[in-house]
Amino acid sequence: MTMRNSAGEIAQRSRDIIRDRKHLEGPMLPILHALQAEFGYIPDIVKPVIADELNLSRAEVHGVVTFYPEFREHPGGRHVLKICRAEACQSVGCDNLADRVRQLLGIDFHQTTPDGAVMLEPVYCLGLCACGPAAMLDGEVYGRVDEHCLSEIVGRLGR
Amino acid sequence: MTVTIFVPRDAASLALGAEKVAAAITSEIAARSIDARIVRNGSRGMFWLEPLVEVRTDHGRVAYGPVKASDIKDLFDAGFLSGKAHPLCLGLTKEIPFLRQQTRLTFSRCGVTDPLSLDDYRHYQGLKGLEQAIAMPRAEIVAQVTESGLRGRGGAGFPTGIKWKTVMEAVAPQKYIVCNADEGDSATFADRMIMEGDPFVLIEGMVIAGFATGATRGYIYTRSEYPHAIATMGQAIGIARAAGILGPSVLGSDHAFDIEIRAGAGAYVCGEETALLNSLEGKRGIVRAKPPLPALQGFLGRPTVVNNVISLASIPVIMHRDAAFYRDFGMGRSRGTIPIQIAGNVKYGGLFETAFGLSLGEIVDHIGGGTATGRPVKAVQVGGPLGAYFPRALFDTPFDYEAFAAKDGLIGHAGITVFDDTVDMLKQARFAMEFCAIESCGKCTPCRIGSTRGVETVDRIGRGIEPDKNKVLLADLCNTMKFGSLCALGGFIPYPVMSAMTHFPEDFSPVPLAEAAE
Repeated sequence: MTMRNSAGEIAQRSRDIIRDRKHLEGPMLPILHALQAEFGYIPDIVKPVIADELNLSRAEVHGVVTFYPEFREHPGGRHVLKICRAEACQSVGCDNLADRVRQLLGIDFHQTTPDGAVMLEPVYCLGLCACGPAAMLDGEVYGRVDEHCLSEIVGRLGR
Repeated sequence: MTVTIFVPRDAASLALGAEKVAAAITSEIAARSIDARIVRNGSRGMFWLEPLVEVRTDHGRVAYGPVKASDIKDLFDAGFLSGKAHPLCLGLTKEIPFLRQQTRLTFSRCGVTDPLSLDDYRHYQGLKGLEQAIAMPRAEIVAQVTESGLRGRGGAGFPTGIKWKTVMEAVAPQKYIVCNADEGDSATFADRMIMEGDPFVLIEGMVIAGFATGATRGYIYTRSEYPHAIATMGQAIGIARAAGILGPSVLGSDHAFDIEIRAGAGAYVCGEETALLNSLEGKRGIVRAKPPLPALQGFLGRPTVVNNVISLASIPVIMHRDAAFYRDFGMGRSRGTIPIQIAGNVKYGGLFETAFGLSLGEIVDHIGGGTATGRPVKAVQVGGPLGAYFPRALFDTPFDYEAFAAKDGLIGHAGITVFDDTVDMLKQARFAMEFCAIESCGKCTPCRIGSTRGVETVDRIGRGIEPDKNKVLLADLCNTMKFGSLCALGGFIPYPVMSAMTHFPEDFSPVPLAEAAE
């Protein structure tokens, strides 16, 4: 993720990303993933660029971006911590863990710490259902997460 | 001679510290100047033993687990490179009861091979099915699949051969094979294990599906929550392309087939095949009304096979060993094997591939060993968030599509979540409705509105507000959702809700706390 200042730069970079992928069948999701990887979120000003390049209405683009929980419309934290809240993890106490992580970070799910370090997200299944409770930090997975492990993860976030 | 050490790269093994274990072994090998190499295999699927480290010896592979990085020095000192005794030693891997009792057809290589080694893949019977299929007429391949009795392993249980036949007979300039790898159900990880542990088998299955139906392009639609699976699958596709298994001339034949992997973006409903197709096309993951069937008007309006990972990964063994071999496993109309995923609060959690027909009690109590907490099993949810909760009284139900349907349940993608006696079933029913409200695509009213009204109604029962009246209302709402929803999300959410209310009535008659205190 690189920081870019001007709207013009963002638009230009977006156009490049889109043009690299518009030949794909159904290019929208690959484009959105690439844009989010580039900017950390889907900036509002890229929606008209996507619409223009893919010959769609801005409403259609907005509809797709907002449909998928993974795509953010605002800059998130530097780290994303996901805690699995699905049934298999519930059976081994993920609800208590969720309370604990909220306490540790001082935020609720779908929020970012005031210093911008961590965004806390719920996730419904990481496929680690026989070694829950499960968590994911920026793509790194953790199984059998207990309070100790959680404190360690949170401690490593450089806050 | 070089010693071979196996340290899994499966996401679950990594989540339990496999990377540190591998690093510790690497530095120990260097420090002791030992001639050894580490193979990063998939998982054997015994997660209470992960990270499970294996060493190849003259007598076979010897297993040690669960291994921590801090155990490595000690293991080397004890002589684990020659399979010597150690408190973590589990003996020969293939003799571990959890593995020995299985019938591994689809997962025969998973955990055994280096997932990205084509040599390993060929050595363990890989590509045999494809080689057979290349020489066969299309209709013959489809007939074999039909005869095998294979039914969609994603959950719907629709006969795979019939789906393929429809696509084969459709006339269109372009057809597609879409692999549904959007494994979002809690308690399921079989698709992930295949993609991370034996990706070539999925590629082989998709290529055969392409031959059989005349499709030349394939897509694997998987989850953004599965970065390891995406990475391994992507590498495997590249290797297969370089080896001529994918491309304009598959294994030198005049068939073309290629695969692209696509990631979803956190929407559970995209596991529903028509929502998946919309998502793949770049639209909102909204469910489509059927007809038209995806087999006739699927991806971009063209004939499309949409099959689950496990269905496609079972094709190579069916083609190689023949339909009758596969069909002879199982019971009733559930033929072949099913990778049961035993999850949640369970002592021996993992993947257990077996012929259909084991009773639920055998799976939970004997194979799973009961709960991890040691408390009594109160309920098991079978088939993910849309599956019913089963009480012990129904543990004699055999694992079979029809037997589960007869008990108002489903086997779904064969995930089982075990709960001990501390679980509050009213809370679970509430969660089912809440999950449906979060994940509903919003197209049909019973699911979109019903799920929210469902949460409210369960809450009223929980608070003791006119409980009898509200239980009737909840049952009525479930009925509306079951028969009025467009897809399985709204249509099946009544299974966990109604089963919780029916089998665990005590949890739905709580003493209202506020009133009790007055």
